[in-house]
Amino acid sequence: MVTAQSQPQSKETEQYDVIGTRPIRHDGVDKVTGAAQYGADITLPGMLAGRVLRSPHAHARIVSIDTSKAEALEGVLAVITNADFPRASDEVIDTGEGTAQLNWVLDNVIASDKVLYKGHAIAAVAATDHHIAEDAIELIEVEYEVLTPVLDVRDAMVDGSPLLHDSLHTGEMDGSKSDNASNTASHLQFTKGDLDAGFADADVVIEREFETSMAHQGYIEPHNGTAYYRADGTLDIWTSTQGAFVVRDSVAPLLQLSPSQVKVTPMEIGGGFGGKIPVYLEPLAALLSQKTGRPVKLTMNREEVLLATGPTSGTYMRVRMGAKRDGTITAADVHLAFEAGAYPGSPVGAGAMCALAPYDIPNQRIDGYDVVVNKPKTAAYRAPGAPQSEFATESVLNELAEELGLDPLEMRLQNACEEGAQRADGFTYGVIGNVECLQAAQDSPHWQSELQGPNRGRGIAQGFWFNIGFESSAYAQVNGDGTVPLVLGSTDIGGTRASIAMQLAETLGISAEDVHPHVVDTNSVGYTQVTGGSRTTFAGGWAAYETAMDIRRQMEERAAQIWECDASDVTYGDDAIIRGPADEDGNDQQFTFKELAAQLVTSGGHIVGRADVNKTSSGPAFATHIVDVEVDPDTGKVDVLRYTAVQDAGTAIHPAYVEGQMQGGVAQGVGMALNEEYYYDDSGDLKNASLLDYRMPTALDLPMIEPIIVEVPNPGHPYGVRGVGEVPIIPPAPAVRAAIANAIGVHMNELPMSPRAILDATVLGGD
Amino acid sequence: MASEHIVVNCTINDENTTFLANERDSLLEALRDRIGLTGAKEGCNNGNCGACCVNMDGRIVNSCLVMAAECEGSDIRTVEGLASGDQLSPLQNAFLEQAALQCGICTPGFLVAAEALLEQNPDPSEHEIRYWLAGNLCRCTGYDKIIKAVQQAAGQSVV
Repeated sequence: MVTAQSQPQSKETEQYDVIGTRPIRHDGVDKVTGAAQYGADITLPGMLAGRVLRSPHAHARIVSIDTSKAEALEGVLAVITNADFPRASDEVIDTGEGTAQLNWVLDNVIASDKVLYKGHAIAAVAATDHHIAEDAIELIEVEYEVLTPVLDVRDAMVDGSPLLHDSLHTGEMDGSKSDNASNTASHLQFTKGDLDAGFADADVVIEREFETSMAHQGYIEPHNGTAYYRADGTLDIWTSTQGAFVVRDSVAPLLQLSPSQVKVTPMEIGGGFGGKIPVYLEPLAALLSQKTGRPVKLTMNREEVLLATGPTSGTYMRVRMGAKRDGTITAADVHLAFEAGAYPGSPVGAGAMCALAPYDIPNQRIDGYDVVVNKPKTAAYRAPGAPQSEFATESVLNELAEELGLDPLEMRLQNACEEGAQRADGFTYGVIGNVECLQAAQDSPHWQSELQGPNRGRGIAQGFWFNIGFESSAYAQVNGDGTVPLVLGSTDIGGTRASIAMQLAETLGISAEDVHPHVVDTNSVGYTQVTGGSRTTFAGGWAAYETAMDIRRQMEERAAQIWECDASDVTYGDDAIIRGPADEDGNDQQFTFKELAAQLVTSGGHIVGRADVNKTSSGPAFATHIVDVEVDPDTGKVDVLRYTAVQDAGTAIHPAYVEGQMQGGVAQGVGMALNEEYYYDDSGDLKNASLLDYRMPTALDLPMIEPIIVEVPNPGHPYGVRGVGEVPIIPPAPAVRAAIANAIGVHMNELPMSPRAILDATVLGGD
Repeated sequence: MASEHIVVNCTINDENTTFLANERDSLLEALRDRIGLTGAKEGCNNGNCGACCVNMDGRIVNSCLVMAAECEGSDIRTVEGLASGDQLSPLQNAFLEQAALQCGICTPGFLVAAEALLEQNPDPSEHEIRYWLAGNLCRCTGYDKIIKAVQQAAGQSVV
């Protein structure tokens, strides 16, 4: 491996040899030569191609399905519907970034009595060729009783609204359920202090309503799933997933198999951002394979991805916030109504906990509603729930600063949470870098510069995301030449082989190049949670650290055995020198790592270190973003002129990939701010289900995004890691909104702030 | 509804290739399903994402929009043809050194497109690079490091 140009290291990481450097990622060559095997790249002997028939209606009862003509087509080997699956119970299973009732997981994979969104799967076929499979689904005849669709979260919450699920009742935090069936699946509330007193203390109170559209993760690789069921009851699955164990633990109960019968191999993954945690195609491929006895590959096209996988929630939000003249925020009241899509489980809980998280506000109330509508079941999307809720709160905070004539950055500093502050949900912060991010932004060349020109404006916003830990597993063997294969269960979605391997290398005192990380199937490594939640470098790195410490202990024991001394007299130093007591001639005894590695086979065999961690702690992440925009008053188009993203990474293990996460998060956040939306007509038909019309930022739409990495090490991690992937998607939308207001004096209250929306709010007068 | 099959003769990455295509196959489907070259990726199958970008007779095409049957006599270059043996091209090396990929699914298309840019315009400005690559979507990187990798491969200093 080659090491890329070295960059100046921050003070915090000078203590490390490997951490903070920028080695070439271990899977790099495969990914620039086309050799890397992604999910859709697999071919197996005798493999069949599958295709899914999808609903043309947003809300309809399925009266009948006739598959006979499709079955009769030459080359078709199986056709399945929901009725071919074992009956699923309402037991609740772990779905990676949440939980769900098994019967709803099945119904989302393939509809039972009703279709609940356009694109909802109805039937699936397996054929000898994908063209035949395409023809076959056209031959399936479905009779529908079309029902009125529920498309707006506020309409859905009204008594008397058509119901998606007759059995759904509103759950409260105390466990009680509403008497009447409702589209509101749950309501949660967090409170702190005395809200009325807080507003009475305020000199200025601002209240705003916001609407945001569903938006998709937009990973470039569509979903895929290949399955091979064998006569002995074992099932192999190959798929692009963020959580191979989640796939195993979802597919097994759906087919009434033991998890031990199911092996899931995570292929290389072409992006996920949370959207590749749920199962869609894998259970269908598995059942088709069971019916045919042959491997079956299913892939989605882009329209299917947009119609029928899990975007993030559209919302209706209301925020009232009050402050004193000096800028002290005295009270905040936040109302969040999130579209869950067709089945319960929007990220409103996380959105509620994040809404006011950067600020120490004494009096708060945050209400959240999880509401089903006739749109696809939402899935996690990068800091799920937070881009919406923090868009609302950051926007009102910016308007308060404007109203009070205060610097919005100063006002944030004045109200910023520090160590010991408590959120309304009860969490108390440890060491955090909230203030440090704001200060770094304040000192940045961007904030210090002056912006000139007509229709140009600058905006700022803050972001918070929890980050998580949980289960990760690893093992590593020391080879005779001193190299170390490292076995991991975490899908590498953007460089985590490297960031985890570097932590093993640091702990062993060897180079990153001498560690060879491998991502393996669910039978070949211990349980590992999803690649998500910004947990992989944190928890995977912790498992690698423990694995390395296990190797160090075993190498001390082996050296003691060779030197015939007590293991307690041998020390594995951080310089990778294993030192023992002086020999009988009084000479120092020591091995380098490689010297001892070379003697392992003859002195008792190889050494394998292993570790399983389950960390309930995490290192919260904060970010401050600054953006300059120019608004074209004739077209309403917003150009991003300059962007600076400041973020506390805790410790930046591989700074290039930390920067990459920050820049990528900004790009997605800018897309959400300016263009990306799910555009439905009144019948619930998604009118922009292509990448031409679902408009994600291109290279031409963005400037260089300047990353400033702040490092306030997380004391709850061996190397101070916090996790970096999610928080950078949060500040862009409110920062862009503030910049637009600064440019043209108009505050936009919906996302996206598209040219159409901006013209509506300006020259077209709003009505 | 039965499909006809067609014999297609062409050159792929300097190798004379003959394959049997379903008449409904796109070039992308033929490359991936008939020939086994899976470096070109399907991201949208309608020409909007550039993940299936290949060079056909000196022109950058989205292979999902080219019928396999059109390729008779063509000279096609894919991502698999960029390296010489175990020697990566300067652009491939630049992508690794600049950390210009995260998930890597769009990388083959970007590499094929950017190689063509540098052949036509060895010293492109940042704007020219962004304009040329606007037909290739990347959802992970925000494009910064991709632009810088192309600048590095062009011999420009990269900050």
